[in-house]
Amino acid sequence: MNLFDIIGPIMIGPSSSHTAGAVKIGNVARRLLGEEVKKAEIYFMGSFLSTGKGHGTDRAIVAGLLGLAVDDDGIPNSFEIAEKRKMKFVIKPGEDVEGHPNAVRLKLLGVNGRKIEVMGNSVGGGRIEICEIDGVETSFSAEAPTLIIQNEDKPGYVAEITPILVKEHVNIATMQLHRRKRGTVAVMVIECDQEIPDSCIKALKKLNGVLEVVYLGMRGLE
Amino acid sequence: MYDSLNQIIKEEKEKKTPFWKLVQLDDCHESETTVKESMAEVLKVYTAMKESVTNYDSSLKSQSGLVGGNGEKIRKRLNKGEMICGDFMGSVIEKALKVSESNACMKRIVAAPTAGSCGVVPAVLISLQEKEGFSDEKMCEALYVAAGIGGVIASKASISGAQHGCQAEIGAASSMAAGAAVYLYGGDGSDIANAAALALKNLLGLACDPVAGLVEVPCVKRNVMGAVNAITSADLTLAGIKSRIPADEVFEAMNKIGRNMNADIRETAEGGLAATKTGNRIKESIKIK
Repeated sequence: MNLFDIIGPIMIGPSSSHTAGAVKIGNVARRLLGEEVKKAEIYFMGSFLSTGKGHGTDRAIVAGLLGLAVDDDGIPNSFEIAEKRKMKFVIKPGEDVEGHPNAVRLKLLGVNGRKIEVMGNSVGGGRIEICEIDGVETSFSAEAPTLIIQNEDKPGYVAEITPILVKEHVNIATMQLHRRKRGTVAVMVIECDQEIPDSCIKALKKLNGVLEVVYLGMRGLE
Repeated sequence: MYDSLNQIIKEEKEKKTPFWKLVQLDDCHESETTVKESMAEVLKVYTAMKESVTNYDSSLKSQSGLVGGNGEKIRKRLNKGEMICGDFMGSVIEKALKVSESNACMKRIVAAPTAGSCGVVPAVLISLQEKEGFSDEKMCEALYVAAGIGGVIASKASISGAQHGCQAEIGAASSMAAGAAVYLYGGDGSDIANAAALALKNLLGLACDPVAGLVEVPCVKRNVMGAVNAITSADLTLAGIKSRIPADEVFEAMNKIGRNMNADIRETAEGGLAATKTGNRIKESIKIK
């Protein structure tokens, strides 16, 4: 927590968890998709479902999927903006998941046909946790430069990936390894202290067995 | 962030550096920013607070329809010179309503420390700037003071209604605003801590019981109470009246009370005002179907 968590964030009301947090989850999901959202299925759970309407959580999540920031005046009008930009969405009740009081599951289809399924949790004060990507459990906040690497579940990837970051003087703050099932696809989430240069991401993508690299940088974000 | 006001007071004396500056330098160190960048960011925050008052739209209603238009009612009474508590306190009340109503109506505000308590700090600080003509720079220093207090509360207890009830939101905001107000009138670290202690003592044990789980009832009106309480705590302090319990210990007491609170009065909307007959009726009327 820093000073601007105490006197901040500057945000559209009414709730840091149910409004600002929902915008952030939408935003991160959109960036994970890596292209404009064409169609979104939005499943609210827990108190997002029971009190979401009164908190504007529905408009907030759509705003996030459109790429609006947490303090954007357009948040209350996000449904209209979505219509103009031809982004289709449906909002439905989701199945309750134990231990996730403010959660949303997003099934997204991008304009170039890419698909992703993301589950996000709003954990209070506008901070969020992305807790699932395409069925694989994760845990990151997207508040630091974050790399999400999907690779074949075989030995040696950590040893191959870390030197590429070291070479560019990127310090790893946290590192998580997740997989759905042994020998299938593994997801590596690396939160860093510094921005990761494009050259680094290109090098990671070239590694044998690396299926996908998504980078959530901080540049240009507030 | 600092985790004790006593520590800030101690360093203020030892390093001969004012309270606000210590908070600023500590944050710059933690977040690897320069003093200039930090100051610019705080000015942005203060400007957003001022805009959250001036951009008030009395025609707006919240999503549930429960909140809106009350700031304007106080303004009308102020214009007629009718406020029992006088023009200054009247303008504090007006701003606290306007900012927290704007929040409920999906307008831009600054969470300070939370969105639910966003009206308290701006109502106190902006009213004092209008009254005394303090520079924006001075107001930014006061915001560092407020943030320093809030940081200590967050570390010793919590600034989340879900964890420690409304005492952690309106209580914390009121404590922050009281300390900041005293700073503007020349108070040092001990005075700041005294005002922060007095303000929070009055709000210990306050339940977070929002009707239908929304940041509307009773949140908006509690912002008024938090702001007024900050001003009285500042006046008591400036008159030389001491809190018998030091601020750090008040924060620790809040933590213990918060831990003992039942979940139904910690933002779950299952107890207190939320569980009244009327509260339940409102809840049923606004669900996503």
